[in-house]
Amino acid sequence: MRVTVNGETRDVAAGLTLTAFLASIGVDASNVAVERNREIVPRSDYDATALREADQLEIVQFVGGG
Amino acid sequence: MDDAITPNQPIAADLLSIAGRTFRSRLIIGTGKYKNYAQNAAALQASGAEIVTVAVRRVNLTDPGQPRLVDFIDPATTTYLPNTAGCFTGEDAVRTLRLAREAGGWDLVKLEVLSDPKHLYPDMAETLRAAEMLIREGFQVMVYCSDDPVYAKRLEEVGCCAIMPLGAPIGSGLGVQNPVNIRLIVEQTQVPVIVDAGVGTASDAAVAMELGCDGVLMNTAIAEAKDPVRMARAMRHAVIAGREAYLAGRMAKKRYADPSSPLAGLI
Repeated sequence: MRVTVNGETRDVAAGLTLTAFLASIGVDASNVAVERNREIVPRSDYDATALREADQLEIVQFVGGG
Repeated sequence: MDDAITPNQPIAADLLSIAGRTFRSRLIIGTGKYKNYAQNAAALQASGAEIVTVAVRRVNLTDPGQPRLVDFIDPATTTYLPNTAGCFTGEDAVRTLRLAREAGGWDLVKLEVLSDPKHLYPDMAETLRAAEMLIREGFQVMVYCSDDPVYAKRLEEVGCCAIMPLGAPIGSGLGVQNPVNIRLIVEQTQVPVIVDAGVGTASDAAVAMELGCDGVLMNTAIAEAKDPVRMARAMRHAVIAGREAYLAGRMAKKRYADPSSPLAGLI
């Protein structure tokens, strides 16, 4: 199935959890925040959150800024 | 000698308090524009700052192994102050800072809602609206603002925990352009006033502190110095010097000379 992650379309296995998805793309979940369809997903819910067709994900982190 | 003057009296008692958190340093530095995060971390150490501003951006998925700010500046020992750089509406700001709160777990934030990229002046009407939205959501809002005392008062009235007027346009390094307004804001404000933006060199930071500001926030002045670590150290001294001079109370200005050596006893 297809999801959009940070503006890019990706193919992922149906039913993949957010935890598994982050691991699959090499992202350390400890210092990021995830928004799914404009709603924040609390870190404690990553294991229980299964991705769905056409989900829109934003994965952000802190970077240098003024 | 009960009344002995202690020449190096520590200034530890002179703490900066923002939204219930206390800091020894009155210097806040940005984390943008450095050559790399290692240089940024070295500058932070030299500056003595305890708060850094940070931005919230998408993780680079094509190269998730890139260096991360958190690996160089530890959020457990340095207070991260997430900003809303790049946001032009209250809704953008709220969305960005909700993500920041989830990523970091803290609610002290820097609100900046800009307008025209040419001057990067804050859009004050939208800044005020965004501040109200964020405060309703439980954020502690340190707000970047113009040096307009009227808007500064309104931002304080809606509950911002620090008022941060610009000294000059962001990244310009022009120094405090309107000391009259900065002083008016300092005099009327009960929460900390921190000059944010416009500092170019150490004397600019000292000027801001001598006006009675509670702190100074800067990024480019350090990051774009030829030797950022050395400039960070200079800023540390400038902020302390300016603060001490403000607390000491400067002498009155006079129109004519006044000799320092006694006239009596001249040979």
